[in-house]
Amino acid sequence: MALLELNHVTKKFGGVVAVDDFSHHLEDGGLYAIIGPNGAGKTTIFNLITGIYSPTDGAILFNGEAITGLKPHKIAQKGIARTFQNIRLFPLLTVLDNVRTACHRYASYTIPEGFIPSPRRFREEKAITERAHRLLEMVNLEGRAEEKSKNLPYGHQRRLEIARALAQEPKLLLLDEPAAGMNPDETQNLMDFIEKIHADFHLTILLIEHHMEVVMGLADNIVVLDFGRTIARGTPEEVQADPVVIKAYLGSEEG
Amino acid sequence: MNEYYAGIIILACINLTAVLGLSLLTGFTGQFNFGQAGFLAIGAYTTTILTTQYHTPFIPALLAGMLLSGLTSFVIGYPTLRLKGDYFAIATLGFAEVVRLLIENLEKLTGGSRGIPSIPHYTTLPFAICAAALSLVVVAFYISSRHGRSCIAIREDELAAESIGIDTFWYKQVSFFMCAVLGGLAGGMLAHYVGFIQPSMFGMIKSTELIVMVIFGGMQSLTGAVFASLLLTSLPEILRAAMAWRLVVYGAVVVLIMAVRPEGLFGTWELTPKNIQSLWRKIFSRPKSKLSEGGA
Repeated sequence: MALLELNHVTKKFGGVVAVDDFSHHLEDGGLYAIIGPNGAGKTTIFNLITGIYSPTDGAILFNGEAITGLKPHKIAQKGIARTFQNIRLFPLLTVLDNVRTACHRYASYTIPEGFIPSPRRFREEKAITERAHRLLEMVNLEGRAEEKSKNLPYGHQRRLEIARALAQEPKLLLLDEPAAGMNPDETQNLMDFIEKIHADFHLTILLIEHHMEVVMGLADNIVVLDFGRTIARGTPEEVQADPVVIKAYLGSEEG
Repeated sequence: MNEYYAGIIILACINLTAVLGLSLLTGFTGQFNFGQAGFLAIGAYTTTILTTQYHTPFIPALLAGMLLSGLTSFVIGYPTLRLKGDYFAIATLGFAEVVRLLIENLEKLTGGSRGIPSIPHYTTLPFAICAAALSLVVVAFYISSRHGRSCIAIREDELAAESIGIDTFWYKQVSFFMCAVLGGLAGGMLAHYVGFIQPSMFGMIKSTELIVMVIFGGMQSLTGAVFASLLLTSLPEILRAAMAWRLVVYGAVVVLIMAVRPEGLFGTWELTPKNIQSLWRKIFSRPKSKLSEGGA
């Protein structure tokens, strides 16, 4: 059974078809990529999976269970974490607290215990803090734990956002253009980092990229979108050689 | 202690109680409430009607006022807190007016616009201080809990908060409930300090006064809320010598703070042992550069 299934998903905004009859199956443990030019509907697919939009048509199944129409926080709690194209951290919270906000699996104390603390609260808060520190060590941000996250440099913010997503202990991680705005060196580092967390956390990863060369060495399976339609899918080699893909990226020869 | 000063402190504690709730909702959860006076009114009238007409002891009456005020928050919160944008703020604005008009028109129960006179003075100085201190402790504990972090996350970025599995509606509603409960407590205490209530005490002016205190002190700081409540409650009294000009000065001080320091006096700074230590170090580690620090 596939971890995530999208069956004939369509999303229309008024007359614009942002995603047209999109189907995809993600097997547990795979590393997948969706690529395509600007405005191809890549981020819309993420927003459909995470429940920010609900599809006009079609169904989305996670672990065999329909998640279409669920609230975003419910979907997140089922084990789907994401990052955003334009980083969305909690700017006034410290780096540590950014990660701590997402460590839900380490605490179950109730809201009354928030107002009037119990021993359990202190125990669980300690576990959360330890967990957050471990995650920060993994992304090499431990030294900046007490800084406000808005003061971090761009590359660090990206890594912090991934650390926050990992704190949710997801089964599926969605990365929306993680390499956006990075130079080739930083991009290479990031790609190594993604490979590392993919292995260490037993994650299934779906990532969106604008640049084909970035995902070529990374993904086992690539889907190419253009104007909301799937124009090609397969291994990196297959996709790269596909004349339709070349046309979408470079324009047709006659053009 | 001089009764005049005791009175100012009691009023400051009452305002502080209402401001703490507002600080949790507006400052930490990011939801503007322009109708806190409506909750004060519900608390004040419920408590007063219970103590004067049904001879209920003060504390059970207060608790009833807090509970009723808290439950009302669900009526407004349930339909509006699910929406993104300013719907909630506008609803609170309308809510306070509805409460005021209801009180004016339910004459048999509330005395209408003439109000309720000769309420027993149960709110003593120690009682007011204890109530405010207890509220402060409870809110401070909440903010430092995982639930408090979820509230701050909602304020900082609601979409991101939702995407990491935070039930944004529920946390906003809990903050609103707490805000209403503390508003109800403040209202009940106010009635039993002043000894007289009428609907005009709970209008837009009161709501504005309270939200100004939150913004003035720093939206993200409980320390700021405490400081602003104490200062802005006593400022008109301190300036009493200036006669008619005192409210002008009050306004000018608020405008000045907003112009010079839009994040409020304290910003996100809190009075914790760790922060005091680092402030101490900042001031005393470079004694020679004192002159250059003057501009900072």
